[in-house]
Amino acid sequence: MIKIKNLSKKFGSTLSLDDVSIEFHQNDSIALMGANGAGKTTLIRSILGYYHPNTGSVLVNGLDPIKERQEVLKNISFVPQLPPPIKLSIDELIDYIEGSANVKREQILHYANEMKLDIQFNMHKSFFKLSGGMKQKLLIAIALAGESNIIIFDEPTANLDPKARDDFYRLLDRKQNNKILLFVTHRLEEVEALVNREIYMDFGKVVSDEKI
Amino acid sequence: MKNLWLIAYLDLKESIRAKWFLVYSLVFGGLIALFFIVGVTESQVMGFSGLSRLLLMYIQITIIILPIFILITTVRSISGDRDNHILEYMLSFPISLKQYYWGKVIGRFITVYLPVVFAMLIAIIYGAIKGAEIPWAIFFLYTGLLFALSSAFLGIAFFISSFVKSSEVALGIAFFIWIFLLAFIDIALIALMMQQRFNEELIIGIALMNPMEIFRVAAISLFDPELTVMGPVAFYILDTISQMFFVLLSIVYPVLVGLLFAFLGFRIFTKKDLV
Repeated sequence: MIKIKNLSKKFGSTLSLDDVSIEFHQNDSIALMGANGAGKTTLIRSILGYYHPNTGSVLVNGLDPIKERQEVLKNISFVPQLPPPIKLSIDELIDYIEGSANVKREQILHYANEMKLDIQFNMHKSFFKLSGGMKQKLLIAIALAGESNIIIFDEPTANLDPKARDDFYRLLDRKQNNKILLFVTHRLEEVEALVNREIYMDFGKVVSDEKI
Repeated sequence: MKNLWLIAYLDLKESIRAKWFLVYSLVFGGLIALFFIVGVTESQVMGFSGLSRLLLMYIQITIIILPIFILITTVRSISGDRDNHILEYMLSFPISLKQYYWGKVIGRFITVYLPVVFAMLIAIIYGAIKGAEIPWAIFFLYTGLLFALSSAFLGIAFFISSFVKSSEVALGIAFFIWIFLLAFIDIALIALMMQQRFNEELIIGIALMNPMEIFRVAAISLFDPELTVMGPVAFYILDTISQMFFVLLSIVYPVLVGLLFAFLGFRIFTKKDLV
């Protein structure tokens, strides 16, 4: 469970999160929407423990993501909006994930295969040299391979072709039970079939929160 | 602990593949090769000859270029990762900030230190093959001094990297620090300060605080302290402080400076927003 209470975050004079209080429970599958600058990314980064809040608190399964980041992040998988230009080879990246998050290599290979990504052939290639779609598929495979009970997707299908999107939805459908899935998206129709809760943010506030 | 070495190992592998590392290694290896090609070991100037002269020339050039190389290649280590969202992804895994930061420091230290020592080692091996006398005392002193200088500037670079938001700013600060410290070695500003009759304790104090000046003076400390090429402050230091004490100081002090800045950088890294 994620419990956010009176969370505010300022960057200079810009208030990015304004007294946000919200809870996410097991089996919640949430579409987090809002215009650019609404505070969506700040909210997920606060959950991941990247930001020190000005006021308020974030608790993930009762733990503070800044003070107990390792314990908290054991239960979170994250797929960023744009795959970062990581210079490591895929093999080295998997080594890092195996070592740090205890995710099994076979599981990553399995989900990569399910996403129709020929990972074996590209194992010694630098991650940043893969195409945008391939990178995104690999990041999705890594997120699904973990045993985390919270998965955060920031515009996960932005780089995917329709076939890969279908693979992604199919795999998610299987992994949905007893988890919190949080999709940051601009297009509700892309995740509509997967979500049971819609949250709209604007000017750093939650302006609407509906179960569907 | 396992993750610390994993980060160090991955950073080392990533750095070795980078173009800057190739240039970096070629510069230091090329310097040694150039010295041999132009016959530095066969010539004699002001009492220096053979491998001693070669190593002395190498270290004099290293004083200038090693700090800036370390600063510009390392200063973007964390700030660059922050800039292009690598940090956001890599830190979404359950790795402690301590392991991430110090792993990066260790990996980068090996990357910057080994090529400069290898270049000297190649000089020694090549010199031995050609039958030259090996100046072991100078070699070991320079190995220690390069370790100390690398530590100092690596710590400063990580400190800068931990608080700047963009890598362009980090580069700007790195250049400023390099120019500033370069200006305070006694061939430049300190000579000017003496001319302007500044208090000598102040001048010596400033000189001793500068890791580049300490490195420079220590590098020539095994030679004749009467040499005028040393500069006024170097002469004063070597004339006042015992050689053994100064050599120890020249290794311990820059290492402490590096550790201090690296720890400050770590404090900032953990206390500030990560991305």
